[in-house]
Amino acid sequence: MISERIANNKNSIEAENLSLWYGDFQALIDVSLKIPVGQITALIGPSGCGKTTLLRCFNRVNERYGNVTTTGEIKVLGKNIYDADVSLPELRKTVGMVFQRPNPLPISIYENILFGLRIHSPLRSLSRSDADAIVEEALRAVFLWDDLKDKLKARATSLQLEQQQKLCIARLLPLKPKIILMDEPCSALDAKGTLAVEELMSVLSGAYTFLIVTHNMAQARRVSDECIFMFLGELIEHRETQALFQTPENPKTADYVQMRYG
Amino acid sequence: MKILGKNRGTNVPLSETVIELFIRLCGISSILFVFGIFFFVFREGADFLFGGLDLGQFLTSPEWYPTSLGNKRYGTLALILGTFSVTALAMLLAVPFGLGAAIFVSEFCSPKLRETFKIIIELLAAIPSVVWGFIGLTLMNQLIIKLFNAPIGLTMLNGSIMLALMSVPIIVSIAEDALKAVPDSYREAAEALGATRWQLIYRVLLPAAKNGLLAAVLLGAARSIGETMAVLMATGHSVNIPEGPLSWIRTLTATIAAELGEVARGGEHYQVLFIIGILLFTITFAVNLIADLVIKGIRKA
Ligand SMILES: Nc1ncnc2c1ncn2[C@@H]1O[C@H](COP(=O)(O)OP(=O)(O)OP(=O)(O)O)[C@@H](O)[C@H]1O
Ligand SMILES: [Mg+2]
Repeated sequence: MISERIANNKNSIEAENLSLWYGDFQALIDVSLKIPVGQITALIGPSGCGKTTLLRCFNRVNERYGNVTTTGEIKVLGKNIYDADVSLPELRKTVGMVFQRPNPLPISIYENILFGLRIHSPLRSLSRSDADAIVEEALRAVFLWDDLKDKLKARATSLQLEQQQKLCIARLLPLKPKIILMDEPCSALDAKGTLAVEELMSVLSGAYTFLIVTHNMAQARRVSDECIFMFLGELIEHRETQALFQTPENPKTADYVQMRYG
Repeated sequence: MKILGKNRGTNVPLSETVIELFIRLCGISSILFVFGIFFFVFREGADFLFGGLDLGQFLTSPEWYPTSLGNKRYGTLALILGTFSVTALAMLLAVPFGLGAAIFVSEFCSPKLRETFKIIIELLAAIPSVVWGFIGLTLMNQLIIKLFNAPIGLTMLNGSIMLALMSVPIIVSIAEDALKAVPDSYREAAEALGATRWQLIYRVLLPAAKNGLLAAVLLGAARSIGETMAVLMATGHSVNIPEGPLSWIRTLTATIAAELGEVARGGEHYQVLFIIGILLFTITFAVNLIADLVIKGIRKA
């Protein structure tokens, strides 16, 4: 059940009867959902229920694996992303992704931030001063500037995990994405790093639509406006976060939510 | 399980000790072999190297007349240039081809095609060099005469093509390993940012794998420098300062191979051939050293 408010809102992502198979194993079963603009939506559910798979549909990185079949419709900002005229680079520019393990590229911090811009603009079209300004802005947005401003030339892979993950968020920003997908972005971080990333999301939400997969229900309650519960490839319940946790409608949701907090 | 943990040293079974000793010996022996070979080659040439040989002439004169009755001259400049030019041209051909093939195999191939490709490349690596020499002598010879209207097809170009064909399998397999060793998370990260296949390759994979790729190129070059039979047969084997790809040339290795059987043991000419061996040794040592330094430099940066 999707609440009235969501139905009336503008949506960033709309999926209709989405099913996905890995070979002949069906990982997503008839999923339909609407993700509202400018909000943080959390995706919860037991391990293996298809959260990562669903998330990876929205920027089509699932297609990296050869054996994937997808049916149904996904609209991102109103445009069906499986249309023939959709350019993958453009889609991925609009829909950024943060992975479970921080994965900065093995180049400098500076070049990591600019990587997206460089691949999306003609060669050498970026002036040195513009580049400097962009890097500073992106690092300031994720509160890394003060720590890193003196070692921008250092290899990004040499940073602490928390800094790496923030950098992975920062490198999306110069591309001005509309949607940021996050797959358990805090699972490799300690409590302090987790809080830092959560705070970052709250600050940035509004400007971006966030869709975050998490195993940590406390985190889902803390950061998200809406919450989706998935079970064995199906979308079971999608409501405002407080409602989903306090008065779950589906018994499966109730079981899952109360199992951890009963 | 006693060998693990704190019991080690007091209660090690005899078989463990023997195996460990054997493995140690294997490790040390490789070092001993290198030194042994160097010592042997050096000893055979040392007398003349330090007594009589004009080192300046040896390195800078193109006149190689080791059997002249009146005036023996041992200038190896033409041979050195022969070796370097044929190797350089071979690398010019083999590196783009080898790296391209490695990129194709590791990034574009379906798993099935990849297996086929690898078998073919291994097959290529298994062809003995004398067979390459034979191909150079017959097939490539005719081809070069036809294509370039050259009087003789046994030229630097011919030798380089043979060397390139011999080093490509080495370059491909080492370069492919290097590309495969790049973590998939880098590919995923770049693709999720919207990189195309080519951007992924030249902005992420090549820089990430550069050490391994450099090693691939250098080992390919080392193979070319040391190769003997094919260049002996395919390059014309004539002492000559190379002027272009269609010059006939002679290399250091081919000179040793062709002449060592016919010289009097212990004589000047014999010793000079060993000094050429020392020279080759030094060149390969220098190449390896440079490779090491370059790779270390890259690591630091
Ligand atoms: N590349 C793949 N090939 C085949 N099966 C896959 C692949 N990736 C995931 N699966 C399967 O699809 C199902 C859903 O996986 P998915 O990773 O989306 O779950 P998840 O909800 O993200 O789990 P977790 O919480 O453990 O991350 C699982 O049963 C998994 O085994
Ligand atoms: Mg997952």
